[in-house]
Amino acid sequence: MKATVWTGRNSVEVQDVPDPAMLNARDAIVRVTSTAICGSDLHLVDGYIPTVKKGDILGHEFMGEVVEVGPGVRNLRPGDRVVVPFPIACGACFACEAELYSLCENSNPNAGMAEKLMGHSPAGIFGYSHMLGGFPGGQAEYVRVPFADVGPIKIEDDLPDEKVLFLSDIFPTGFMAAEMCAIRPGQTIAIWGAGPVGQLAAASAFLLGADRVIVIDRFPYRLKRAQRTGAEVLDYEEVNVLDALRDMTGGRGPDACIEAVGMEAHHPTPAMYAYDRSKQAARLETERPYALREAIMACRNGGVVSVVGVYGGFVDKFPMGTVMNRSLTIRAGQCHVQRYMRPLLDRIRSGEIDPSFVISHRMPLSEAPRGFELFKHKQDECNKVVLTP
Amino acid sequence: MMTDRFARALGWTSLALGTAQLAAPRAVTRLCGVDDAPGAATITRLVGGRELLHAALLLGGKTPARWTWTRMAGDAMDLGLLGRAAANRVGGRRRRALCALGAVAGIAALDAACAGGRARRARSPLQVRASITINKPRAEVYRFWRDLENLPTFMTHLESVRTLGEGRSRWRAKGPVIDLEWEAEIIDERAGDLIAWRSVPGKGVSNAGLVSFTDGPGGRGTVVDVSLEYGMRGRKLAAAVARMVGEHPEQQVRDDLRRFKQVMETGEVVRSEGSPEGHRALRQLHQHPAQPIGARA
Ligand SMILES: [Zn+2]
Ligand SMILES: [Zn+2]
Repeated sequence: MKATVWTGRNSVEVQDVPDPAMLNARDAIVRVTSTAICGSDLHLVDGYIPTVKKGDILGHEFMGEVVEVGPGVRNLRPGDRVVVPFPIACGACFACEAELYSLCENSNPNAGMAEKLMGHSPAGIFGYSHMLGGFPGGQAEYVRVPFADVGPIKIEDDLPDEKVLFLSDIFPTGFMAAEMCAIRPGQTIAIWGAGPVGQLAAASAFLLGADRVIVIDRFPYRLKRAQRTGAEVLDYEEVNVLDALRDMTGGRGPDACIEAVGMEAHHPTPAMYAYDRSKQAARLETERPYALREAIMACRNGGVVSVVGVYGGFVDKFPMGTVMNRSLTIRAGQCHVQRYMRPLLDRIRSGEIDPSFVISHRMPLSEAPRGFELFKHKQDECNKVVLTP
Repeated sequence: MMTDRFARALGWTSLALGTAQLAAPRAVTRLCGVDDAPGAATITRLVGGRELLHAALLLGGKTPARWTWTRMAGDAMDLGLLGRAAANRVGGRRRRALCALGAVAGIAALDAACAGGRARRARSPLQVRASITINKPRAEVYRFWRDLENLPTFMTHLESVRTLGEGRSRWRAKGPVIDLEWEAEIIDERAGDLIAWRSVPGKGVSNAGLVSFTDGPGGRGTVVDVSLEYGMRGRKLAAAVARMVGEHPEQQVRDDLRRFKQVMETGEVVRSEGSPEGHRALRQLHQHPAQPIGARA
């Protein structure tokens, strides 16, 4: 079969690889009908996530048709149409019982590796390094899905792929980002990053009752898409974000700040950018945390900073004094996708939201390398790429 | 580590000596009664440099005790030099050279004591501990472990365990070169609480273990605590097996327990294409690319 394969820093290829086989009783094999390139795939391609190996298959947002199930899977049958959540979860451990699926204690066979870097291990993730399990990703014609009786959600009506595909990651991620803000009527939410997750976080904040949403980015075309959700926007290369947010909120600051940028942020001041960029290059820190630092500084006293941008390791110059003295709450996490799939599918079905508004490009899987190029370099107003095997 | 602290103190001595020898070589030669010898100051400086090297090794590392042998080699050199000097001198100089010789001999004795302590430690048994919480009732977790024949399903290095009756069992493990076998007997057992076993003396690898089962707080299933002890031969085996799978013995036991948890909670050892062998050894050392293994398996 064909699959998108990591062949080195800044290099992906579509290669012929073996078809997947069942390894555990609760596995299913899914024939992929739609898959997507995610912003967090770029951290892998750029070489910032440790333990990625040459030959690893990328991709963690995918859906398709079940073609085979193991003897331990009773709720799925060949022919079923499913969306597969990106974290792999067993459904039986303490974390899964608490609906903290991205922290499943059983789904990472390489937990020892993750423990060395993070102290304790999170769940395994499709196509996301060996430290997080060494599972092949979904940018392929077929995928083996472990714990298929727990994760995948059946799509029983004729909703098209495009409307439901993002249940696998970015829609629940954006929704959880907004949910972690504990929004109450009258509140203003600021969001760093107007990528697909930021755009869906903005839409979700409105769904959860936010009064105002302000989205911060530097690409006019992404800000324009964010505006379509009803959000106000700030271009951080044009204005001082802290001053602008203070002015827009009567001097208080946003009630909650969502960080949807992660480890490869940019900074308008070249000196600031160079400082973290060179530390990152020398492996003295793994992140460039401007958006995170700014979100913490901007948040109102006693507010919430909700972090869904991906971080890999260690942050330098973290404004802990601000967090402590101003009673900020920091909430963070890889999305516990399984928890959100059913309720969000219902919202899609009822027409409350159609997450396909983030799609800008559609292409066959064979053109994945071009998709990565367009998405990474923000060419051709690329916002979200959907691939069809 | 007593020995490491001791070694560090010796390191500071080296630093002081080396500094004195480099900063004031003539005073040092006078003190040792060799100020009349040509080139004595140069030799003193060289010896001072060597002392600083000992100091760097002993003070710089995490485990200074392993570097004490460098000091012992230095001591031997110094004893030789001073012994010759004392033999060739008379009067006050001879007296001072003999004093210096005595001081160096004393230091050499301390170095030897430190190195000896380290060697003794290397000969002591290897102990490892690990614990994990399993989201299942205590009776169920205990029952699975008590059937020792289940152990190889999650312990990477075990080939098989065969129960022989009356608490006795025969264990087979994959060694780095040859397979190893030993017989074990259960020496203590409280149903639902703990199982303790040890190898039968004189039959292969000597080892002993204790596993205890307690209720986790707040209905959190069962806490499993394991301590293992390997005797001299077992120690070597454990280290070799661990190295073979690319892990520290401690990490290996933690991984075994994690697989035990997978078996109890999900029904089997979870496999990924990056580590398709599941519970087989060598899995950590060599990770396949995260690609399907269909055709290759
Ligand atoms: Zn993603
Ligand atoms: Zn779980």
